[in-house]
Amino acid sequence: MLQVNAIGKIYQNGARALENVTLNVEDGEILAVVGGSGCGKSTLLRLISGLDRATTGTVSVDGVTISEPHPYIGLVFQEPRLLPWLSVAGNVGFGLDEPDTTRKAQRIGEALEKVGLSRYGARWPKELSGGQAQRAALARALVTRPRVLLLDEPFSALDAFTRAELQDHLLDLWNESRPTLVLVTHDIEEALFLADRVAVMRPHPGRIAQAFDITLPRRRDRTSPEFEAVKRDVLRSLNSTLALHKIAS
Amino acid sequence: MSATEISLPEAMDEQRSAARIPKSRLKSVWLGVLLPLLLALLWEASVRTGLTSGRLMPPPSRIITTLWNLWQSGELTTHIAATTLRVFSGFALGAIIGTLFGALTGYSLLARRLLDPSLQALRAIPSIAWVPLFILWLGIFEESKVALIAVGVFFPVYLGVSGAVLSVDRKIVEVGRIFRLSGFELVRRILLPAVLPSYIIALRSGLGLGWMFVVAAEFMGASEGLGYLLVDGQQLGKPDQILAAIITFAIIGKLSDSLLAAIAAPFLRWEDRFGREA
Repeated sequence: MLQVNAIGKIYQNGARALENVTLNVEDGEILAVVGGSGCGKSTLLRLISGLDRATTGTVSVDGVTISEPHPYIGLVFQEPRLLPWLSVAGNVGFGLDEPDTTRKAQRIGEALEKVGLSRYGARWPKELSGGQAQRAALARALVTRPRVLLLDEPFSALDAFTRAELQDHLLDLWNESRPTLVLVTHDIEEALFLADRVAVMRPHPGRIAQAFDITLPRRRDRTSPEFEAVKRDVLRSLNSTLALHKIAS
Repeated sequence: MSATEISLPEAMDEQRSAARIPKSRLKSVWLGVLLPLLLALLWEASVRTGLTSGRLMPPPSRIITTLWNLWQSGELTTHIAATTLRVFSGFALGAIIGTLFGALTGYSLLARRLLDPSLQALRAIPSIAWVPLFILWLGIFEESKVALIAVGVFFPVYLGVSGAVLSVDRKIVEVGRIFRLSGFELVRRILLPAVLPSYIIALRSGLGLGWMFVVAAEFMGASEGLGYLLVDGQQLGKPDQILAAIITFAIIGKLSDSLLAAIAAPFLRWEDRFGREA
């Protein structure tokens, strides 16, 4: 279980990015965190990943306290961040700690196949499309089999069609090994399509305003009335945080 | 994954480029030599027709004859070998030290604050100003010459490496951090490959300066080398010999630069850049 216990982050310039955020995410749960820009979503993810250190509070996975990057936790960034000097296969295997080279190549091959890139292993990253590059980044994070996978607006730079395709794909991948997913997004539809629970954040300082359990059966139909109804609720909550934001500033 | 699936598009690429590059290459080479060729012909014609005497500025044919004679007697080979060896030794020394200091000051804030101000101050000294001191310290033979060339090579390499390490994208470094690379591994797997393109450019400008400084070094007294040919040509009033040495400099300088670029090219195929050819 991923436990985020009353964490807060105050940056060196005094900005309070996050205050007293507590979250318990069950094994295999998909949690989506939504909110306007500047509400601390990305900060939250960076603290969980161990890239940044929380000013207060703790993060733990299965009882292990996380204060720096840890093999239990994988992270997919907003941009693919592939290393341009490595082939696609080299990128996917970048974080794979497997001394046996045949075994390593095999695992890379499997990971590439899972994201539909088996023909692209020998290519350079510059030869991939945006969607393909983000798939490779997904494979790089999943190949090490993390217990918790963090995704920081992973599909926000893609066109609507590719985005929907990758959302489907992410669910397929999740179904195979059921890692815990924490997805930060500003796309409510994306959150509702994927998540078991949606946490709405509000800014100044960043904190969780409200959480919604999404019980609709999966693959959710984005156009069904039930989907629309939940979307309305979440939107209303989000809008009230935005209204607060305006009053505050 | 089957081999044919990968090799097919690559083979097609190769075929296409094999058919395309030579033609455009040839054209660009032709365009490149057009101007000097035209000027040479004009000068030759003006001397032949008696328009100019060509005493101080010998025509191309005389320069070629001089080059040929120097080559035939084996002198040219000796001079080229001496100069190239000096440049190579000085370049190796300057490049290695420049790389080490550049990597250190780029990577560590403490090292940068400690070393960079002094190195920048030393850089402000015109390198030729070291000549008298190097001669006093190291004598008039090879050591002082190699030292001067090394100083010339050091600074561009140092600046290039240090600046390149500093400007490595934080986002890419974070990829290394998320996979828990630290210290040496981070340098080896992220920083070094990331700075490679600018490193090659730094090495090339260092090598260029090396060729520049070898002349200064050989002016301070040498019995062989292309710089000696220059001084000798001036003292004995042989402008054709001076021009022959200058042309030789141009040729081996360009060759060594192309060699360095060619050695580096296979390591830089991943680059996604605007311009393909220089």
